[in-house]
Amino acid sequence: MAKSELVKPQLLTRMDFVSDQTVRWCPGCGNYSILAQTQRKFPDFGISKENFVFVSGIGCSSRFPYYIDTYGFHTIHGRAPAIAAGVKLANPELSVWVVTGDGDALSIGGNHTIHLMRRNLDINLLMFNNRIYGLTKGQYSPTSELGKVTKSTPMGSLDRPFNPPALALGADATFVARTIDRETHHMQNMISRAYYHHGTSFLEIYQNCLIFNDGEFRFLTDKETRDDHVLILEHRKPMLFGKERNKGIHLDGNAPKVIELGDEWSKNDVLVHDERDWIIASILSHFTYRGDLPTPIGVLYAVDEPVYEDMLDDQIQKAMKFQGKGDFKKFVMSGSVWHVE
Amino acid sequence: MAKKIKSVEGVVIRFAGDSGDGMQLTGTRFSETTAIVGNDLSTLPDYPAEIRAPAGTLAGVSAFQLQFSARDIHTPGDQPDVLVAMNPASLKVHLPDLVPNGTIIVNSNTFSKKYLKLAGYESNPLEDESLKEYTLYSIEMSRLVENACRDLNLPAGTVGRTKNMFALGLCYWMYNQPLEPTIKWLKIKFSKKPNLVEANTRALHAGYAYGETERIFSTVYKVEAAKLAPGEYRNINGNYALSLGLLAASIKSNLPLFYGGYPITPASDILHKLASFRNFGVKTLQAEDEIAGISAAIGAAFAGNLAITATSGPGMALKSEALGLAVMAELPLVVINVQRGGPSTGLPTKTEQSDLFQAVMGRNGESPIPVIAPATPGDCFNVAYEACRIAIKYMTPVIVLSDGYLGNGSEPWLIPNINRLPEIKVNFVKLSKDTFMPYLRDETNLARNWAIPGTTGLEHRIGGLEKEDITGDISYDPENHQKMVQLRAQKVENVANEMEPTTVFGSENGDLLVLSWGSSEGACRTAVERVINYGKSVSHIHLRWVNPLPRDLGEILIRFKQILIPEINMGQLSKIIRAEYLVDAKGLNLVKGKPFRAGEIEKVITELIG
Repeated sequence: MAKSELVKPQLLTRMDFVSDQTVRWCPGCGNYSILAQTQRKFPDFGISKENFVFVSGIGCSSRFPYYIDTYGFHTIHGRAPAIAAGVKLANPELSVWVVTGDGDALSIGGNHTIHLMRRNLDINLLMFNNRIYGLTKGQYSPTSELGKVTKSTPMGSLDRPFNPPALALGADATFVARTIDRETHHMQNMISRAYYHHGTSFLEIYQNCLIFNDGEFRFLTDKETRDDHVLILEHRKPMLFGKERNKGIHLDGNAPKVIELGDEWSKNDVLVHDERDWIIASILSHFTYRGDLPTPIGVLYAVDEPVYEDMLDDQIQKAMKFQGKGDFKKFVMSGSVWHVE
Repeated sequence: MAKKIKSVEGVVIRFAGDSGDGMQLTGTRFSETTAIVGNDLSTLPDYPAEIRAPAGTLAGVSAFQLQFSARDIHTPGDQPDVLVAMNPASLKVHLPDLVPNGTIIVNSNTFSKKYLKLAGYESNPLEDESLKEYTLYSIEMSRLVENACRDLNLPAGTVGRTKNMFALGLCYWMYNQPLEPTIKWLKIKFSKKPNLVEANTRALHAGYAYGETERIFSTVYKVEAAKLAPGEYRNINGNYALSLGLLAASIKSNLPLFYGGYPITPASDILHKLASFRNFGVKTLQAEDEIAGISAAIGAAFAGNLAITATSGPGMALKSEALGLAVMAELPLVVINVQRGGPSTGLPTKTEQSDLFQAVMGRNGESPIPVIAPATPGDCFNVAYEACRIAIKYMTPVIVLSDGYLGNGSEPWLIPNINRLPEIKVNFVKLSKDTFMPYLRDETNLARNWAIPGTTGLEHRIGGLEKEDITGDISYDPENHQKMVQLRAQKVENVANEMEPTTVFGSENGDLLVLSWGSSEGACRTAVERVINYGKSVSHIHLRWVNPLPRDLGEILIRFKQILIPEINMGQLSKIIRAEYLVDAKGLNLVKGKPFRAGEIEKVITELIG
């Protein structure tokens, strides 16, 4: 239930965003971390909590709104981006967040996801990607790798997987980022970047499903392997990775490859990240599913473009200015009107 | 030649031609003029789904029928008295409907070998005596407009397209109607193309002059002004009236109007109209699909707007799941279905009343929704307004069942005074000492609390999972589910408290009762009026709400020996009435993509009562 005491925004803490509902994800689920990082980060934004709205669809991730003490709407499968768009358009002052999963956002709700991004409403979309269907107990998802053996694909899946950041870039998203459930600090930064981006923010969060797809991202989170497989992106910084930070990304024509700094290659040969460069973002997005390249996390792409609700408001202001503020009586009496005695 | 003016009570004219011939425009102009003159009128546009079907073919025929009258009329007329046919195909398609000895006006220039063949004529009907029982005016309209516009140096095609104005001018002459409203309209319509104003005006005058100078017309007819209730009038079609009703509700409730929708025939005009109301602060979203349209509207309702979506049958099917969410979340939402022929894509431009079951029952689970249906184009205003009022008062989605006939058909509309419309009260919950409970209900009507995001201290979560009574928490408790299902049903039942006692047209009991809903009202009323005039004991009830049904309906039904329910479907209301009241209601069920003719209903009434 809602807490009825008034809370001053600057005094908010993590606990203010903890609802009274028992969290019912499986013990050890990656979702716990995402919930915790969100609750930790939100007080920093300095707005009172009644101005946050979480909208979700269906799936494990979509239970999220029940656990965070803001306004929340747990809706129907795949439609959260469209419902969130209605919330935002009705009241652009609200900070609107969509919580969704790989099935919810990219399969049943694929249409709404891409159209939200192309319209560029100022909504933050957190897509928990565990590459499996959890709530329906273990079928392959639209991000599962080709040939995945699951209950519904005993001989292996026949679908080529979606590549979420590439899809987002293809839909002309203005903010595309990725993080990992175990990278708590990085995730908080990404949540913050998403919040401050004016326009649709697409944040993919790799999330481990302990029950049906455990270890999917182990190579990105295990101490021994993570440094060689994770490329942490920073704006205007060379793309270096590895325990010794001695590996880098080099562009050979248009083809990215891993180089090792030493006699043959120097820092100058390493590609420098530029969040505003769509081509670089596109190249980075295609590292997904490539065994020979590290997995980029961080902001792949961030640009300012006109925001839908701003333009809508602009039209309303213009119409009021040029046609005059609507007057119903005057309006219905104009044109071909006649009088009957 | 001196005009011999004969007064007639009413006339039915049908303008028919190729889809590119401008027949909808011609009919609309004629309607506007007769409205301004003070006639009562009712129109029936009838056009193909294709934007431009192959020229000259039977499939490409577009028509517009209107009845204008000196008395209060309810329908566009059963059969035309006058058929204006701009090409052979339109004559072929529409001649069977013409009254015996009716008048035919044709553009004889189009009766060439090629077009006769396309229309399937073996010989030219203008020459082979097959039309001899009719009064035929065969006029070279194309040549005459060409003559009239010769010195304007316009392309031949442009001049040719003015022939509809010629036909219109001639009809104005025949029925003693003024040209000025049309000329004024042309000046506005083509304000940036003075050449087109000139060409069309000349064609209009040429048609009028043709009537006056050619000695073939012996009589001009006059239809006196109808005795309508005093006030200001405008001619309006259903989709426009509906849009205005929504706008009025937004103003009276002081809630911003949000519309989410996807273009679909014949509902798109509602989106177009609302999109033009930006200066009223109206927000419209042309969504990526039907589902997104209703979903965005649900989001806007959650955030405290007056939320609307409109569609037609196939779109309604796509919206069903989201409608269920609105039922569960108990949010106000108005969903308009401008029905068309189905199933599937069906007959996009033809009318039908076959989505009644879909509206009342077409969702998973026990998912009751109030359903209201307008009776006439002008009534679409009142119904849209009432739907908004009930949606807000009861915190429920409301379905409006309009149809293609109402949406595109028009009639004179007594412009309402917005100050006299019923109040629409909105009570957003504010922070108080009591702990906020999202599913705490109003004791009288069972509407739940509406607290919108942005309200301090009332943060809460709602959703599609079953809610615990009062708290709104998720609940899988068996007793709670039973209770919530009953509460939602009772809430919708309570809408019947809003209804006035049912009006019976005719005597309170008797041999036969005609029961109608939606757009069939006019034809039913006309048919019942006729048989009452013959001295028969027949009455008529028209239902505005089809769910819930009026509380007094059951006791009225049993006072009649027989019940007849005419519907443009295979008996959907009949089945509901039979199930609800265990009465032996008979259906009159025609699904031909057209509204009922009063004559069709009259015939069945007469058969039933002998």
